[in-house]
Amino acid sequence: MRSPFVSECGEFCTSYRADMALYKIPRIRYRVYGVLFLFLMLPWFVSEYATSLATLCAIASIGAIGLNILTGFTGQISIGVGAFLGVGGYTSAVLTTTWGLSFWIALPLAGLVTALVGALFGIPSLRLKGLYLAMATLAAQVIILYTINHWDGLTGGTGGMILARPTLGGFSFDSEMSYYYLTLTILVGAFIFTSNLFRTRTGRAFIAVRDRDLAAEVMGINLFRYKVLAFAISSFFVGLAGALMGHYTMVISPEHFDIGVSIEYLAMILIGGLGSVVGSIFGAVFITLLPVVLRELIDIVTVYLPQATEHFGALRQMIFGAIVIVFLIYEPEGLAKMWRNFKDSCKLWPFSY
Amino acid sequence: MDMFLQLLVIGLAVGSIYALVALGFVLIYKSSDAINFAQGEFLLVGTYVCLTLITAYNIPFLPALLLTLLFSALLGLVVERMVLRPFIGEPVISMIMATIGLSSFMAGCVHLFWGTDTQVFPKVFPDTPVQIGPVVVAQVYLWSLLTVLALLAVFTLFFKYSKMGIAMRATADDQQAALSMGISVKKVFAATWAISAIVSAVGGVLLGNINGVNSSLAAIGLKVLPVALLGGLDSVPGAIVGGFIIGILESLAGGYLDQYLGGGVKEVVPFVVLVLILMLKPYGLFGKREIERV
Repeated sequence: MRSPFVSECGEFCTSYRADMALYKIPRIRYRVYGVLFLFLMLPWFVSEYATSLATLCAIASIGAIGLNILTGFTGQISIGVGAFLGVGGYTSAVLTTTWGLSFWIALPLAGLVTALVGALFGIPSLRLKGLYLAMATLAAQVIILYTINHWDGLTGGTGGMILARPTLGGFSFDSEMSYYYLTLTILVGAFIFTSNLFRTRTGRAFIAVRDRDLAAEVMGINLFRYKVLAFAISSFFVGLAGALMGHYTMVISPEHFDIGVSIEYLAMILIGGLGSVVGSIFGAVFITLLPVVLRELIDIVTVYLPQATEHFGALRQMIFGAIVIVFLIYEPEGLAKMWRNFKDSCKLWPFSY
Repeated sequence: MDMFLQLLVIGLAVGSIYALVALGFVLIYKSSDAINFAQGEFLLVGTYVCLTLITAYNIPFLPALLLTLLFSALLGLVVERMVLRPFIGEPVISMIMATIGLSSFMAGCVHLFWGTDTQVFPKVFPDTPVQIGPVVVAQVYLWSLLTVLALLAVFTLFFKYSKMGIAMRATADDQQAALSMGISVKKVFAATWAISAIVSAVGGVLLGNINGVNSSLAAIGLKVLPVALLGGLDSVPGAIVGGFIIGILESLAGGYLDQYLGGGVKEVVPFVVLVLILMLKPYGLFGKREIERV
């Protein structure tokens, strides 16, 4: 029986199986359950407003996990997430509002349609790399948004579309708390899927493609297949996030999905940590709460500087940019790395050398 | 036919500005392999500074423009030193995200200092339109075309004959070889950013004269990407040719297709072109083909 206060200070795996395990020691399993339990209890202890913020964070986390599969794990840069969110949101809106399908059918379909569109725009990734691919996805963003804006018959053009909250049997997910549980469930699903994905053949292939795609190809990885697959899986989650967002805000219009959103999602995975599933969630929470915290700060400052409120938009942009740059310079591996450093220093404390 | 010529001339004028801004973009990419997503914000800052100097301090146009160029050069130097230098040799995504962060920061500064309302540039060029054959053109367009052509000529000469220009070409060609020949690559990078900021500011002042000044000017920073890619990311003549082609295509598409597709075609055409180039000829018209060796 090991003492609960003694933790391992290195890698002591003696088999590949132990090395691949999700929970290296039992304590981690209990910690994960504990964290999950805390999140399940959250809406019982905080206000409706805080619950709604938590819902937004959860939705952003699903999208960020999706983007991280593509950019963080497979190394394919995408500046088109905003538009893919839009594809998900609008697919769900058309399916539920126009065609009258149930949310429970529309949600996976929204994911699948987005996955298809994502795979389509992923096809150029075979020939294009890095910067060139970033530009192709930027073009995807502009072209998809233009289509949404001008296909009035399907999407309602600039006016947008109205969505309804989902219902299950006689129960409607109208309250903040019920919708929070819905998104949390899907987030947990996405988290488990993604964590396990990188223990499988497919996920390993993604990482190999990221590290050196030519070497991966030489070792027999079909580049085309895995790159397109990465685009599809990633877009599936992004599409889910888009649909969930649409049903949460109950109205969507093209400006919810502009290039600024793409940049926010890229910032989430960079600040959270590229190639880290937990990092995606850290980053999503960080970026989602940033304007909220800033708003609170400005409300405090307003007492002394009455004109501060009207500069909120400008300050928000400035601070967002500054934080991205500072993170890139001082902690390129993001919050996930900071969290790891913190854990490591706890393990070694008080002999931290 | 008249409409075609009219659109062609406008396309040429707008295209010349694209060419100028794309030149700044290509210069940075060529010398330091950095992609500057903040090009549009450099343009925006330059335009607003010039506008403020003219309207708030009552400085005549030409001295104000010179001061603006000086300011832009300084801004370019500061940005290169503070933000970009840590990213030399880092992965592409860090570089992209750093310049995106920079663009967000600069856009925020512009909002903070100058607000979001559209401001009118004081008349610099006479109002009376000029008649060339069947085409009527506002003088602003002609002047911007001339200015850009003159600047492009100056830069061509600069790269061909001046010591700094040659050093820049050498660095772009082979950074290590340039270093070993005693060229200060750091100085070259700094100069590149300064020049890039200067040409952006000129482009911005010209655009401001045509359309008025507001934060949407920065959108040109994204349009420059198709331009630069069409010409080939690392080719200066390519940027110029690409600028004119995209400008003309955009103007023609706006003139002929808007009525069928419900407006806004202008905004999307450059990106459709971008996708086509990427599919057919990823290294553009004049770009250097990258060969990967294992």
